[in-house]
Amino acid sequence: MQNHYPLWKNLLVLIIFGIGIIYSLPNLYGDDPSVQVSSTQATNITQDQSNQIESDIKASGVPVKAFEFKDGRILARFTNTDDQLKVADLLRDKMGSNYTVALNLAPTTPTWLRALGAQAMYLGLDLRGGVHFLMEVDMDAAVKQAEDRNIDDIRLALRNAKLRYQTVAKDNGFFKVTLKSAEDKTEILTALDKDFHNLEITEPEAQDQIWLKLSDKEIREIKKFAVAQNMTTLRNRVNELGVAEPVIQQQGENRIMVQLPGVQDTTRAKEILGTTATLEYRLVDVEHDVQQAVSGHVPVGSRLYNDRSGNPILLDRRVIVTGDQIVDASSGQDQDGRPSVNISLNGVGAAKMAKTTQVSVGKPMAVVFIEYKVETKIVDGQKVRHKEKVEKVINVATIQGAFSKRFQTTGLDSPQEARNLSLLLRAGALAAPVDIVEERTVGPSLGQDNIDKGMLSFVVGFALVVLFMAVYYRLFGVIANFALAFNVVIVVAILSMLQATLTLPGIAGIILTVGMSVDANVLIFERIKEELKHGITPQAAIFIGYDKAFATILDSHFTNLVVAVVLFAFGTGSVKGFAVTLIIGILSSMFTAITGTRMVINWIYGNRRVEKLSI
Amino acid sequence: MKTTNINFIGNRNKAIIFSSVLMLISMVSLATRGLQMGIDFTGGTLIEVGYQQAADLTALRNTLNTQGFDDATVQNFGTTKDVLIRLKPHSDISNADLSTKVLEAINKTTAEPASVRRVEFVGPQVGDDLAEDGFLALLYSTICILIYIAWRFEWKFSTGAIIATIHDVVVTLGLFSILGLEFDLTVLAAVLALIGYSLNDTIVVYDRIRENFRLLRNKSTEEIMNISVNVTLSRTIMTSLTVILVLISLFFLGGEIIHNFSIVLLFGVFFGTYSSIFIASPAALLLGVSAEDLMIPVKEGADIDRRP
Repeated sequence: MQNHYPLWKNLLVLIIFGIGIIYSLPNLYGDDPSVQVSSTQATNITQDQSNQIESDIKASGVPVKAFEFKDGRILARFTNTDDQLKVADLLRDKMGSNYTVALNLAPTTPTWLRALGAQAMYLGLDLRGGVHFLMEVDMDAAVKQAEDRNIDDIRLALRNAKLRYQTVAKDNGFFKVTLKSAEDKTEILTALDKDFHNLEITEPEAQDQIWLKLSDKEIREIKKFAVAQNMTTLRNRVNELGVAEPVIQQQGENRIMVQLPGVQDTTRAKEILGTTATLEYRLVDVEHDVQQAVSGHVPVGSRLYNDRSGNPILLDRRVIVTGDQIVDASSGQDQDGRPSVNISLNGVGAAKMAKTTQVSVGKPMAVVFIEYKVETKIVDGQKVRHKEKVEKVINVATIQGAFSKRFQTTGLDSPQEARNLSLLLRAGALAAPVDIVEERTVGPSLGQDNIDKGMLSFVVGFALVVLFMAVYYRLFGVIANFALAFNVVIVVAILSMLQATLTLPGIAGIILTVGMSVDANVLIFERIKEELKHGITPQAAIFIGYDKAFATILDSHFTNLVVAVVLFAFGTGSVKGFAVTLIIGILSSMFTAITGTRMVINWIYGNRRVEKLSI
Repeated sequence: MKTTNINFIGNRNKAIIFSSVLMLISMVSLATRGLQMGIDFTGGTLIEVGYQQAADLTALRNTLNTQGFDDATVQNFGTTKDVLIRLKPHSDISNADLSTKVLEAINKTTAEPASVRRVEFVGPQVGDDLAEDGFLALLYSTICILIYIAWRFEWKFSTGAIIATIHDVVVTLGLFSILGLEFDLTVLAAVLALIGYSLNDTIVVYDRIRENFRLLRNKSTEEIMNISVNVTLSRTIMTSLTVILVLISLFFLGGEIIHNFSIVLLFGVFFGTYSSIFIASPAALLLGVSAEDLMIPVKEGADIDRRP
């Protein structure tokens, strides 16, 4: 009974150890505060632009640690956050809206490590600071919008086909077409059947009626589309905000998770992400009296609005251009220095605008700012979602001459509002209103605090266990301690490789792993001691100790693993981080505590006569 | 450590009575006082702010009261410079904006603007979902383990292990309820980790019982259990000690956020160790475990092979 490992087994352990060290190394290097510039358009930043930016930064006198231009993106590193912020402000002013200037923490991992694909662990928001939002998409609103669209389409289709009908009304999810006479029924049914594959057609008892309804499949599609569309819009908005490494993920059927590392101004983030703001251009109704309209006699072709100061104004019912015809928008100032938004329209919008302005020179035109606000309130313990459509006329100007594609809108309160509005117009509208149902913001000081406290309790906990094991199990304890350190290295390496999110509970998980992973060694060592007591030779005791403890370790660790996996499946956010470290810790501790310690013990005691074990 | 020879199983009635009393007290407290649920489960808003100097809590409370946030609870968090403000879900203003409004309100009255350390807002619906997920996690992990142990050992052991685990969880939660500590997502994670730990301990003892059932054929079930608990005793205590060491470090140095997490595990490891020594084996014994339950079934072909 020789305690000897074949060469391949020794090599395997050493190779894994080596890989573990290499991939955990990046975590020892810190981060540089840096500014990242990228293009929001399809085209990348050119070398010339990059050179220009580099000389701009140099000219500002802020010391740059490093300037990198790669894959059409610029990364400028600085020694402190003050320099970083200064340059970010400078570049934001210079670059305009076609570029994203984002603050970032760039790792200082050496190139040779990066070449191997080694990266530092991905820190969760509770460690790096930032904001986490969970947004719920208002599915009912999405379905309602689709219903409104369909009912218009039905009317249009019937009119275009020159089919007679009395009314088309919406009732409890049904579109009820009332016919002029029952004779037209077959003809209309054929027409509707041809055009509306997405609708289910039913014939009620009343002979002069046809009912249509969105099919379940169609409703599912609408909901799926609403979430997908909203995610795209949110992604655009987040890009506009200038956040490095944002996470936008669907969660469940109707929720979207948005994580913005490093963002501190949550009020602005909430404003930008949650609002559905858009513009509409309408002609002002100058033919009717506003006061009469206010008293209840609103003319048929007009609608009553309020301007910024609350004064009533009558506008034409027909919209010239809506927000979704806007292809680009940027904020700026007009000749008088007032905040303005420069608008570019698409072909359809431009054509309509040209047609209207040509015939309306000298007439006033109004810009309506529309914002949907969603608020969830609790009334009698029930969740009630309250939707508010805020419409206000922000600007009335006389049309001086015909224009079409490009023009300017003024009348905004502040440059900030102009910036936000242009951003929202660029990023596109949300397909359905969203409601923030969860927010978790962690300030940068708390993030760093969490890291420091986590590290300190790790170091102290580790030291206590190491001391305890060395005192109690002597040489065997020391060997177990090496295995323990090896285990931590592997856990960190695997977390880095998987780029799994490390959270504060995750750090607690690693610390807990330190306490628990010596369990396998305790089991083995106690077994060896027991065998020695039975008078077996040291060599045999080592062999039997490992052999018999193995089954027990397998069984007991497996139950632990099951619980950790369940925790992973049901956990969210930081709890998931805890489960991840626990799972990796349990698995790797089995390797290090059994195979790792055995290898060293074989080196020390194997292949020779041993009188006594230091255990 | 010398191998002990304590009659754990013989004194099982004392342990059972002791544990029953503990369970009863815990359940009474859980039923009457309940758990102090955190906003993760109830929904609401939590704001942690920091000041350069010790914060004047009374002033902050007064400000919030007069500004219409009369349900706000204000307390120190860790140090006197850190303040934790908690609000229930509000009905009159949008919950997503609540934190902004509260911060505006308190910054108006204090000379020094508060630095925001963290804001957590959980909508009531999300809170319900998190609570449901948490409950399901507890349920599924229990079922998975029941099946695994029943497969590896036998259903009486499986039931015994679950009884011991439920004992640990109930008593730990009971203590949490009596002390009025806040129960949030992190604490729930700790409870699940505790289930894993407590089982780990129990399995080690069971494993030895199974081994000894096969080895020591002429001893009674009770004797075998006693021997098994005794020989694994030093291991049980050693492992618990190392875990307790890291937990103490976490408790004292890990910061306020991780405090309750470490408390749950400290209680849990303590009770888990106790139950795997005093409760798990007697439970299996009471369910009528015997050596026959764990005998390796004789292979059918074995006799045939031996024929000449």
